[in-house]
Amino acid sequence: MNGFSTMLAQYAEITGQDVVGHLYQLAAPLKGMRLVHINSTRLGGGVAEILHKMVPLMNELGIETHWEVISGGQDFYECTKAFHNGMQGRQVSIPDFHFKAYESANAEAAENLRGILEEADIVIVHDPQPAALIRHYPRRKNKWLWRCHIDASHPSRAVWKYLYEHVRHYDASVFSLAAFARRLPHSIYLIPPSIDPLHEKNVDLELEEVAEVRARFGIDPERPTVVQISRYDRFKDPVGVIEAYRMAKRFVPGIQLVLAGGGASDDPEGEAVLEEVRRAADHDPDIHVLLLPPDAHRTINALQRAADIVIQKSVKEGFGLTVTEGMWKEKPVIGGDTGGIRIQVIDHHTGFLVNTPEGAALRIRYLFHKPEEMRRIGAKAKAFVRENFLITRHLREYLTMIFGILHGQRDRIELS
Amino acid sequence: METIQTDPFAIKDCALIAIATGEKARNLRELREIIERIDPASIYYHFWGGLLRPRFDDPEYHNDFAIWVYRSLHNKALAERLAVIDPAAFDTIENLRAELLDIMEDALYQTDTPAWAERDRQFEFIRSQIVVFNPNVQVTDAAMLTRVLPTISLGSIFFHFIDARQRNRNHLDDFRFWLRSQGDSYEPLCDAIARIDPYFSSLSDLRMELLKSFVSHFSGEQRP
Repeated sequence: MNGFSTMLAQYAEITGQDVVGHLYQLAAPLKGMRLVHINSTRLGGGVAEILHKMVPLMNELGIETHWEVISGGQDFYECTKAFHNGMQGRQVSIPDFHFKAYESANAEAAENLRGILEEADIVIVHDPQPAALIRHYPRRKNKWLWRCHIDASHPSRAVWKYLYEHVRHYDASVFSLAAFARRLPHSIYLIPPSIDPLHEKNVDLELEEVAEVRARFGIDPERPTVVQISRYDRFKDPVGVIEAYRMAKRFVPGIQLVLAGGGASDDPEGEAVLEEVRRAADHDPDIHVLLLPPDAHRTINALQRAADIVIQKSVKEGFGLTVTEGMWKEKPVIGGDTGGIRIQVIDHHTGFLVNTPEGAALRIRYLFHKPEEMRRIGAKAKAFVRENFLITRHLREYLTMIFGILHGQRDRIELS
Repeated sequence: METIQTDPFAIKDCALIAIATGEKARNLRELREIIERIDPASIYYHFWGGLLRPRFDDPEYHNDFAIWVYRSLHNKALAERLAVIDPAAFDTIENLRAELLDIMEDALYQTDTPAWAERDRQFEFIRSQIVVFNPNVQVTDAAMLTRVLPTISLGSIFFHFIDARQRNRNHLDDFRFWLRSQGDSYEPLCDAIARIDPYFSSLSDLRMELLKSFVSHFSGEQRP
């Protein structure tokens, strides 16, 4: 009996008791503190997925943690969607009435949440949607952090100029990688995202369930299989993956390729890319182009487990959590040499970084030629994720950051 | 038999968080200029912080400067010279900074046109904040460490085996520092610990290697 609460005990089984024990020790001085997370949705998207676990875990560690959501009308969402695209570097044009809707929604939420936000010791505001809330608390005594989950390395100047006027008031910001961060007049913490090993997308599956998913999509279990999971987006280079498959097929007869993603139906660009992919596949029966619903977590999990190799041949990528997911399933990953894929995929250790379809084809051939390498790399990839990219590490860094915020700029904080 | 009364070994734990400095370099000259003025916590982070964040058990080069010079500037000779720097051999971060600058000056002197890294491969200067806390574990005799070591966190391994080298006299880790206060009989164990190279292992492997040294010593298998 380790004395851990039920949820943390489940994580201890995966990460080891020492990791969870470390979290308890670190959190002990923060017991009784009140913390509020604010974002714009409880359903869908990576932020909500993380908060669904992060909030109860923080509560189990004795930090009174709440999760509040800001909402607005159609114009608010149009505006925040444009912010999101603009932060990722797209040129967007935002009419004044959208800015007004954004500011009104934030003003209204600031009033509705005044009680809980004034009582909190720490407020963590996620992404641009609620970023303007802080302007309504000019005399706050607590600490406010802005958590940016977006790659903001090359934002639209106009969008960043506007958001900067809100964000600069925070006590600190958090970005996923140094390369994604903006210059701001306060501390900028760096916390990479994580995966939850107990989420349906990552939990262990029975072999029968994997076999059922293979059968459902006509994937032959006896033949080599390469899988790319990602939405139909040119930055993910699905057509390049098909080219790589074709080049590899001459050397790996019988190879099958699975391209699976969702969300294209309500995204005009996604639909166009999906059409390009289908044209490139040209009715090849060994290329499976799958359009999955957004909640097909177990299916995605099974497809990743059915793969011999997971590929994520992006030409531009944020962190690349599908890479982390593939590695967690003990698969070698062939990843595009970009963004956060670079800190996860290291040549010959957890997979291979590639820059072209030719490079991807070469690595596919290499791995199928050396199955023992495939197993060795897969095992190392899983161990690497266990140590570095699970939600327990994410939680530890949040706790450490809270001490940093409370103790100021000191390099070394000694707790008694 | 000599009886020595000393303080118990108080196990501590730590966690490290990375903070962007906003400073970025694209070539060796910029790297040198920034190293000259950057916060000492950034130099600490780029030498030692690697052990507490994603890394492999057999890294090609042992600090971020060497890795970047190799991967982004493709200057293998300089990467080798930077990689061999042992940060534990310097009494202060300022001395370590001076050594870095010296090696870079030398490399700059030998080239007229320093190579440029691609825009998305700049060296990002990061500094760290380290939180040290007390898990209330006290070790009263050395044999007890054979039971305690498997249970302590990787943060504790970092604090006592890595971070200690810049805190203790003679750059010793805390294990050897404490064992030496316990009498001469632990010299063979100290020698075994000294043979563990912290640069080629992950923290979990270091914990295993330390445990092996303690177990061998107390089962009488220590090599002379």
